[in-house]
Amino acid sequence: MSERHAVQMRGITKRYPRALANDRVDLDVEVGEVHAIVGENGAGKSTIMKVLYGLTPPDEGSISLWGKELSGHRPADAIREGVGMVHQHFMLVDTLTVAENVVLGAEPCSHGCLLDVAAARERVRQLSSEYGLSLDPDDLIENLSVGLEQRVEIVKVLYRGAKILILDEPTGVLTPQEVRELFVILRALREAGRTIIFITHKLEEVLELADRITVMRDGRVAGVVSAAATTKEELARMMVGRDVLLRVTREEARPGEPVLQVAGLSAIGRKGSHVLEGIDLEVRSGEILGVAGVQGNGQTELVEVITGLRRASAGSVTVCGRETTNRSPRQMRDLGVAHIPEDRQARGLVLGFTVAENLILGRHHRKPFSSRGLLSLDDIRTHAERLIEEHDLRPRDPDGDAGHLSGGNQQKLIVAREFDGGPALLVASQPTRGVDIGAIEFVHTSLLRMRDQGAAILLISAELTEIMTLSDSIAVMYGGKIVAQFEGGAVGEEELGVAMTGGAGASAGGSAVRSDGRPPRHEMGAR
Amino acid sequence: MSRFARLSQLLSPLVAVAASFLVGGLVVVAIGENPFHIYAILFRGAFGSVDAIGLVLFNAVPLIFTGLAVAFAFRAGLFNIGGEGQLYIGAFVCTLAGLAFGGLPALVLIPLLILASAAGGALWAAVPGFLKARFGVHEVINTIMMNFIAVGLTSYFVINMLREPGQMTPQTSEIAFAGHLPRLADSLSLIGIPLPQANPLNFSLVLALGAVLLAWYILYRTTLGYEIRAVGMNAKAAEYAGINVRRTLVMAMVLSGAFAGLVATNEIMGFRHRFLDNFSSGLGFMGIAVALLGKNTPLGVLLAALLFAVLNTGALEIDIFTDVPRELILVLQAVTIILVVVGNEVFARRVAAREGRAAGVPLPVTEASGETK
Ligand SMILES: Nc1ncnc2c1ncn2[C@@H]1O[C@H](COP(=O)(O)OP(=O)(O)OP(=O)(O)O)[C@@H](O)[C@H]1O
Ligand SMILES: [Mg+2]
Repeated sequence: MSERHAVQMRGITKRYPRALANDRVDLDVEVGEVHAIVGENGAGKSTIMKVLYGLTPPDEGSISLWGKELSGHRPADAIREGVGMVHQHFMLVDTLTVAENVVLGAEPCSHGCLLDVAAARERVRQLSSEYGLSLDPDDLIENLSVGLEQRVEIVKVLYRGAKILILDEPTGVLTPQEVRELFVILRALREAGRTIIFITHKLEEVLELADRITVMRDGRVAGVVSAAATTKEELARMMVGRDVLLRVTREEARPGEPVLQVAGLSAIGRKGSHVLEGIDLEVRSGEILGVAGVQGNGQTELVEVITGLRRASAGSVTVCGRETTNRSPRQMRDLGVAHIPEDRQARGLVLGFTVAENLILGRHHRKPFSSRGLLSLDDIRTHAERLIEEHDLRPRDPDGDAGHLSGGNQQKLIVAREFDGGPALLVASQPTRGVDIGAIEFVHTSLLRMRDQGAAILLISAELTEIMTLSDSIAVMYGGKIVAQFEGGAVGEEELGVAMTGGAGASAGGSAVRSDGRPPRHEMGAR
Repeated sequence: MSRFARLSQLLSPLVAVAASFLVGGLVVVAIGENPFHIYAILFRGAFGSVDAIGLVLFNAVPLIFTGLAVAFAFRAGLFNIGGEGQLYIGAFVCTLAGLAFGGLPALVLIPLLILASAAGGALWAAVPGFLKARFGVHEVINTIMMNFIAVGLTSYFVINMLREPGQMTPQTSEIAFAGHLPRLADSLSLIGIPLPQANPLNFSLVLALGAVLLAWYILYRTTLGYEIRAVGMNAKAAEYAGINVRRTLVMAMVLSGAFAGLVATNEIMGFRHRFLDNFSSGLGFMGIAVALLGKNTPLGVLLAALLFAVLNTGALEIDIFTDVPRELILVLQAVTIILVVVGNEVFARRVAAREGRAAGVPLPVTEASGETK
């Protein structure tokens, strides 16, 4: 058929036992365009990309690349035709250099299967300068920031000759600055004639970068629009089927007694240096304190110390007037501290447990889920059914494996669990990472409602807009310290940005700061 | 889990067993015998009479216990290679108690000895469990070492201090009669099953079936089981959930060791009635194979133990009536295990492909995801 199309997928249907992930999906991607795929959590976006890349065979339908029908349905077939997938969970070997990682696993091997690192270094350098990746082939992966690691993944794919790049939620883990840089790179790739397909929940990004947009809903294509001819509101309506509040309104807080008090808190990292130094903060009931900062500046550690997952080396944590420094996670939970962890798969979920089992994680030992050492399956089930209903988890199946939920639904499961049960203190780390706009609206309104009902909320987020919309006051972390504190609403994005990169008298920490504003990451122990 | 996945879970061991018989048949052909003839003898040996079936069940009992031990620990992500040592200590403690408390009535002594068996195994497993939890030392190394210590220690005591007076055989005296578990022959003949009086099948079979139920119940119906499975599948999430990971690891090892220790109910209380030096000859290690074939589920362990018992029992018959060495059975068992492991991996990949996950790089055993359920 037409040479205009890099990808033509026709009538793709993919059934899972508990979900129809793709229902007769057609997808056309033109040569040299940036094509965005948007849709609610569980709409089938990741699935259609996995089908394209050959990670999962479709039940029905056909795929043509460059006008030719694809015969096989394995990654090797897709790769041969120039399809490359930039993995969301980076698959890099920390102790190897950029170039070594790039050649690793690159097929086919020439030179009798010896790794040709020298050639790879040259090629990495070349690709890096061509697309402005600023990668040094000799850098060790462990010294790179998340944004740079992602670029290594991009180079890996380019090195293998990909002409069609798939990126599944590439911006979820990036700081706003890194997102801007990524977009520059993606535009350069488009200029060079490569075709890009990317999935995101952030509609501004879609409108900024994409040429055309395919909107998915319930496994089907709800429409294909040109970015120039649409608006956020229209996209949201197509995705959700109703108007979505794109911004929630925050009433004045009416704070009460202090719930969380942190004084002079310090913690030591693996390498013996301070990852937290003299942190003071206070969150009162009925108040949201936002913590802004570039990832890796101690936010992870702060959350871990407060929730009992990491030991403090000095200072104190007080919850509801009780000194709780270095208490166990269970003691903290039993005091009414809920925690949405930043990494949902590593900490927040037991993949392999059912949805219902995951929905009691952390409260599984308490009534009504457990009494005298026995699980009460009926209560566990009722609880799951209620939360699934309230939080619109899909599919609505308490017995499904949590590992089979879409990324956003996994996040929603954790949010549902931690919101439930009226916590006195909620520590929420990246609560909306990977969830769709409808769910963001829901999470934001719920956070505000919990605040108004008297919960104290510590909100950590890489999304400045999220911090600014929700917080009654904002603390900025840099190099393990709080370097600035603002009243909510009284600060602009610019000002926050400066504080986050260690501007405005924040350099007193004296730790080596790299050009991207991060202290050396291995000192922070955060990934 | 999808139907396809479930089906493969069920089918892959069956396919493996069938394939292993094929391979075994080829081996028989290679040594110039008729495989159909040999297999016929094997099955006659295992199923040919009530006596034979009783023997199969008798041989299955210890394998059920040791298989459960391995499977249970596996659920917490632990690889308990120490079943052998644990069952020796269980048997030893059981024997000591049986010698010491001869005056007690059966109604008291039997439960006491059962507890002693479990406690001995539990204690022996607690040591590597504690070392793992406290110092992070890998349990595989320590359970193996504990095996050597157990075999050596019991051997020393039996030969040098507890040997039956006036006997050359390295064995203790008989435990009190009140501590013997009755044989099943009498009870079965009441309901019309003619099990010969001499058949060693005894009430520990009931205990073994109870243990299968108990293991299942603990894993899926108790808070502890929930915590064990959580730790086994994602220790970081378990920690986040307030689960005391270290304590859970120790608990899992203790219970695992208790299952292994219960082998004594069959070997000591039901059969030998005394501790014979070196009596086990690998029952604990067979447990690893049983758990593997049974995919680490209690019911799977039961079925796998029965299969292995069939092979072991039939092997005797082959040994007696043919020129084929009974080692053939070892070959069969080993081939079965290899095929199951390979089959698992192949099926896992196919399921992964169908469900759109990247095919699993085999996880290190300690971080094994409890895929099977
Ligand atoms: N391996 C699997 N097994 C069973 N069901 C699955 C599997 N993978 C996906 N699904 C189901 O297919 C549907 C689509 O999932 P998919 O991951 O494509 O959603 P998505 O659009 O990428 O959502 P998100 O925005 O949350 O990432 C969901 O209902 C999900 O539960
Ligand atoms: Mg997805």
